[in-house]
Amino acid sequence: MKLSRYIMFSAAILPLLLFVLPMWSISLEAPQYPTPLQINIFIDHLGEEEYGDIQNFDLMNHYVGMAKLPTEMVEFEIFPKVIIGISILGLVFGFIRKKPLYLVWFGIMTILGLAGIYDFYLWLYDYGHNLDPRAAIQLLDAYQPPIIGTKEILNFTVRSYPASGGIILGIAILLAPVAYYIARKEERKELN
Amino acid sequence: MKLSFKFITLLTLATMAFGLASCGGNGSNSKSGALSGSAAERVFVPPGEHDEFYAFLSGGFSGQLAVYGLPSGRLFKVIPVFSVDAEKAYGFNEETKPMLNTSHGFIPWDDSHHPDISQTNGVLDGRWIFINGNNTPRIARIDLTTFETVEILEIPNSAGNHSSPYVTDNTEYVVAGTRFAVPVPQRDMPIKDYKGNFKGALSFIKVNPESGRMNIEFQIMTPGFNYDKAHPGRGKSHGWFFFSTYNTEEANTLQEVNASQNDKDYIAAINWKKAEEYIKAGKFTTMKTRYAHNVYSDETHSATSTMMKEVRILDPSKLPGLVYFLPTPKSPHGCDVDPTGEYIVGSGKLSASVTIHSFTKMLKAIEDKAFDGEAYGIPIINFDAVNAGTVVQPGLGPLHTEFDNKGNAYTSFFISSEVVKWQLGTWKVLDRKPTYYSVGHLMIPGGNSQKPFGKYLLALNKITKDRYLPTGPEVCQSAQLYDITGDKMELLLDFPTVGEPHYAAGIPADLIKSKSRKIFKIEENHHPYVTKKESDTKVVRKGKDVHIYMTMIRSHFAPDNIEGVKVGDKVYFHVTNLEQDYDVPHGIAMLGAQTSELLIMPGQTETFVWEPKQVGVWPFYCTDFCSALHQEMQGYVRVSPRNSNRALSWSLDGE
Repeated sequence: MKLSRYIMFSAAILPLLLFVLPMWSISLEAPQYPTPLQINIFIDHLGEEEYGDIQNFDLMNHYVGMAKLPTEMVEFEIFPKVIIGISILGLVFGFIRKKPLYLVWFGIMTILGLAGIYDFYLWLYDYGHNLDPRAAIQLLDAYQPPIIGTKEILNFTVRSYPASGGIILGIAILLAPVAYYIARKEERKELN
Repeated sequence: MKLSFKFITLLTLATMAFGLASCGGNGSNSKSGALSGSAAERVFVPPGEHDEFYAFLSGGFSGQLAVYGLPSGRLFKVIPVFSVDAEKAYGFNEETKPMLNTSHGFIPWDDSHHPDISQTNGVLDGRWIFINGNNTPRIARIDLTTFETVEILEIPNSAGNHSSPYVTDNTEYVVAGTRFAVPVPQRDMPIKDYKGNFKGALSFIKVNPESGRMNIEFQIMTPGFNYDKAHPGRGKSHGWFFFSTYNTEEANTLQEVNASQNDKDYIAAINWKKAEEYIKAGKFTTMKTRYAHNVYSDETHSATSTMMKEVRILDPSKLPGLVYFLPTPKSPHGCDVDPTGEYIVGSGKLSASVTIHSFTKMLKAIEDKAFDGEAYGIPIINFDAVNAGTVVQPGLGPLHTEFDNKGNAYTSFFISSEVVKWQLGTWKVLDRKPTYYSVGHLMIPGGNSQKPFGKYLLALNKITKDRYLPTGPEVCQSAQLYDITGDKMELLLDFPTVGEPHYAAGIPADLIKSKSRKIFKIEENHHPYVTKKESDTKVVRKGKDVHIYMTMIRSHFAPDNIEGVKVGDKVYFHVTNLEQDYDVPHGIAMLGAQTSELLIMPGQTETFVWEPKQVGVWPFYCTDFCSALHQEMQGYVRVSPRNSNRALSWSLDGE
């Protein structure tokens, strides 16, 4: 079997790691929290870096009137299906051995990825703006964590970055065009 | 102009200061000044950094155990053990009251003396720390993951539990030797008939290797001497235990004179492996008695007290090979075994010398039957046949000896107020340093085990006189830290202590700090009155008893308004801290409650009782500054007259 197909199969299979690895992490660091509180976002649930982090996230946030972190979201239903779908699709494209399909897969993945990030932004916006008007501490500004990057909010340094699963997903997406270019080279070699 | 004037003034002042300093430099101050400078650097632990060692200092008459860091001497925690502690509700809340139960009932105080850390293969393992209660004989076990007292065992047939607890190489046993001989069993008899009738029980307490649970395996009923200090054999002498004695005269009055008549008293050598054989062979009698066994559980966050009914007795006068007496000059106090297990150091507290026995010679003397008669059927080994040597006139009033890892011993001298370093084998004095004042025990981390960590020595002083700012007639006692890495000891620091620092145990911080518990998981809380969710909070009446199932989390109680309580009710506040975050305890205190506050760790449940005596609306509040809205963490209980028919109701935020 040719290298290009190995790469395409890898690209198709790697996203399945999202069932065990987190996509994204948000952490809060403060003087009283030298070990930051950290929430890890998985495709089907929210996880915590240390036992108690979710409860402590909620406790910090309730002072400014933020809602509790969700245990159920429609995304937790959809994401696992989407991941399995694109993985199967990638494998099928690999078997069919038509290299333009690799680019099609890349295109689908890019659109889905951007959609996912937009969805994440919408949730963050709601999470940061949907504040209880009776909250003890009234903010002048929204308490919205950054979609990616580091931001100072009150006494907290908030960090939002892709986690291991998210990075692997990114690599998987980029592997598709790599497979395409290598396949093209391999075909040229055969022709010569 | 103005600026330069200021500058000149400063310069003048600086010159004057420098001049003063140099004046001092000509005197004897210069040396101590320079020394104290470098000493300060060696005990300085920068803000935010951790000490190298934990030091656990008993509180003596405070009944507690204090946790310090070395080399800084900073105090971290006082662990309540034998005395009630209103700050932590120890002995006040319903959960810990059983810990202080005894066959004499609830006892709110004791005299805590000798902390000793558990060992594996003769090396500190940092799992538990044991400590004896001297007055109403008890041994406590403290868990070094929670730094809380988790077990207290009363010792029957014993009085003045001083030669205790001292763990063996693998924490097989801790012991409890009676300091005061007493009638066994206790009975109404004339005190003048002490001689021959009073007994000295030496209790061997087995420690479960997994759970740490203690039980009295057997008691050896020895003659009615006073058993003062003890030390297990180490390495080659593992399987033996040594107890120093005084009052072998068996005097019953004016002991300061009458118990100081014999030229030599004894160190009792106990072969506990032999004792185990006799137990196995059924050569014991079972005696009816009563003693309390109190155990605290981190699952129920509560203690239970069980009254035990009997104990197994071994009679050394009828069981050959179980006990031997080693003659040791002048009422020996300290009885310490070196890391190799070869030398048994007896410090005759009325003597000016330190006597050292040899374990090898002792075994040979037993084999050769080199005995000088017997006492109550127990062989007395010939002094010369067991003596290894003497440290001649090192000081006055030798008390206790600890060891480093280079073959040196360090003995405290109470009367001459000094620490003397001497060499094992040659018995030569190498160095001496004064203490301020009247040192009792010494502590080198691991210095009574097979593996001493010989960097620091801590001297524990009984008297401080002029050493600190005066605080009326009662002044603090102190600990002094010496660097013992060089040929000469160097005094680095002295610091005041909580209560009397009777003895101490030290351990490298790395051996325990990573195991220190942060929270208790709420789902693992099996307290009978736990409330795991705010929605489960309730108030239940059972006759005159009212049980409040309450929760606390930043920054409110649930419920926070309670009505329907009546004068004459007995109100139980069962309060669960729902926090699952490190270092977020909450407290609760109720106006007029005749008890202490509660201080509840994350995931714990504790209970206090309030018997309201006056009609009114009475507040309760959080006592531990928990959060930015700590001041708002409060609530009310409405108390109606006895004849009111108001039903119980409770709410939070009107719901």
